[in-house]
Amino acid sequence: MAAKTLYDKLWDAHLVQQRDDGSALIYIDRHIVHEVTSPQAFDGLRLAGRKPWRVDSILATPDHNVPTTQKERAHGVAGIEDPVSLIQVQTLDDNCDEFGIVEFKINDHRQGIVHVVGPETGACLPGMTVVCGDSHTATNGALGALAHGIGTSEVEHVMATQCLVAKKMKNMLIKVDGKLGLGVTPKDVVLAIIAKIGTAGGTGYAMEFGGQVFRDMSMEGRMTVCNMAIEAGARAGMVAVDQTTIDYVQGRTYAPKGELWEKAVADWKNYVSDEGAHFDAIVELNGAEIKPQVSWGTSPEMVVSVEDKVPDPAQETDPVKREGMLRALQYMGLQANQPITSIYVDRVFIGSCTNSRIEDIRAAAEVVKGRTKASSVKEAIVVPGSGAVKAQAEAEGLDKIFIAAGLEWREPGCSMCLAMNADKLGNGEHCASTSNRNFEGRQGYGGRTHLVSPAMAAAAAIAGHFVDVRTFN
Amino acid sequence: MKSFTVLQGLAAPMDRANVDTDMIIPKQFLKSIKRTGFGKNLFDELRYLDEGKPDQSCEGRPINPEFPLNFPRYHGATVLLSRENFGCGSSREHAPWALDDYGFRCVIAPSFADIFYNNCFKNGLLPIVLSDEIVDQLFNEMYATEGYQLTVDLAAQVVKTPAGDSFAFDVDEFRKHCLLNGLDDIGLTLEHADAIRAYEAKKRVEAPWLFDVVK
Repeated sequence: MAAKTLYDKLWDAHLVQQRDDGSALIYIDRHIVHEVTSPQAFDGLRLAGRKPWRVDSILATPDHNVPTTQKERAHGVAGIEDPVSLIQVQTLDDNCDEFGIVEFKINDHRQGIVHVVGPETGACLPGMTVVCGDSHTATNGALGALAHGIGTSEVEHVMATQCLVAKKMKNMLIKVDGKLGLGVTPKDVVLAIIAKIGTAGGTGYAMEFGGQVFRDMSMEGRMTVCNMAIEAGARAGMVAVDQTTIDYVQGRTYAPKGELWEKAVADWKNYVSDEGAHFDAIVELNGAEIKPQVSWGTSPEMVVSVEDKVPDPAQETDPVKREGMLRALQYMGLQANQPITSIYVDRVFIGSCTNSRIEDIRAAAEVVKGRTKASSVKEAIVVPGSGAVKAQAEAEGLDKIFIAAGLEWREPGCSMCLAMNADKLGNGEHCASTSNRNFEGRQGYGGRTHLVSPAMAAAAAIAGHFVDVRTFN
Repeated sequence: MKSFTVLQGLAAPMDRANVDTDMIIPKQFLKSIKRTGFGKNLFDELRYLDEGKPDQSCEGRPINPEFPLNFPRYHGATVLLSRENFGCGSSREHAPWALDDYGFRCVIAPSFADIFYNNCFKNGLLPIVLSDEIVDQLFNEMYATEGYQLTVDLAAQVVKTPAGDSFAFDVDEFRKHCLLNGLDDIGLTLEHADAIRAYEAKKRVEAPWLFDVVK
């Protein structure tokens, strides 16, 4: 039998029907739903008189719009001050109630960001196909699953048919060997990958992350990396199943138990790329050379190391790219060739589906412990990814460390990553953000986002500007 | 879904690479629970000089006079020309909804982000990939000619210019079929319900841990 990649195996295991034109029906095991991209899909079902094909495949939770202050959260949905957000969250509740879908509602202790909740509850498992109306669904690929974002029409399609019409993507291997330096995190690895291949580098590919760096990486770290596959253009990112994966899954609420567990583990161990499997593209990086990264522009590929300077458009030969760089510098209010460490930040955001898991919170807490936020930083918020992360962090006393340092400890949600709730940047404000996109206006009208790791964001909160966390003391 | 056969329409520029879906329709407008009404907020942060709010009338908002879609010569455009990696970022289908609601039926660019590309076909909007050189030529001709119209023939898979140039483009057979006939693909998939049930029955035996757990 021909050697297969991890993606080939996941595809083959879910193929319901192959069509002559290359498109196929792919079975979907898990469908995660949130309030922003689902209302029109539920409406479509109602209009056509359809019901979900398999209600037990769906898990819902509101995350994008939910407020993160205790004051607003205290009164549940009714307490949401923005009336438009309130309607959207209420609509999710109503739809889930109507169709009998399990939902972790706003003040359920299991509520959180969809891509944090899926893995931590065991709702998303190795070997699964996972979809969600959100481009960061690839996060679940860290489990050795085929996971990707879909649009609202496809949300409706999957609800109605349990399948997706898809065409097989090409295989790309991102191989990072070596050992990461102290203070260099999974976020830096994925930003370095995006800097190397560009935001369209992975378009049309399913991206597997392989090599020693990923074998050594925790599940939380792998999720951070897979999460940003889309920022490299790839809908799906994934990491092969190994003991780290299995240890992570064991004991989670929806994970199999007893005899079924043994059977599942035996199955999951197949979800690795075979020796000699064909990849259409292979990109290699040396992990030892990766340094802490900071984005300077308005696209995730506009990123350099903290030791570097803001690039000079004059050095760029491609006219479309040069134009993009000039526009980015103007929007960001930066000068070509200014050191990254000379960029001051107005706000700090530690959270998002990229970096809001317990390991991220611990990394940020370690940096701020016993220190005080710079007075020039107006606000630094730490937003755990889920109720479970929040409880764990509080059990470890991390919330107290943040509060003592002058940071705010919030309720779980997407928060300032996309600023659909009240957490946003003001016009012209710079933010050290652990999120995934630095697009114009993403974190607030006129806001200026710099993508960094949790440790780098925490260090910026203390120093008031970017500093190299490896030498920050 | 509305069908797409032949379109002859005015072309307008979005002359930059990496146009992301946040730019196409900013997040505050995603709070709507409807599929329509997004056109007035298409490219909101570029079109207007103030910050747009959901549920706000756009009448009387200050217009950005430097943004090409605000130029009278591009009013009524149905074909949008752009650069590489159009539609990157968020999976929000509100992006094709907004383009469609504004009046665009077709976007031409050297490349598209996967999810956006896919979402277009669900909404009767045709994304066309042409080479950098051809897109450059179209941009140049469009800038030079007021009232520049392109003809897009989906059945023949060609884009024709006023000067008579004709450029072929690729499109998946299945997507083309659905778009030409305005077919709802849920109905098409449900024609294969037996195959789905058969797959499911086999999976229930092989991997029972995938079923009836979240309830």
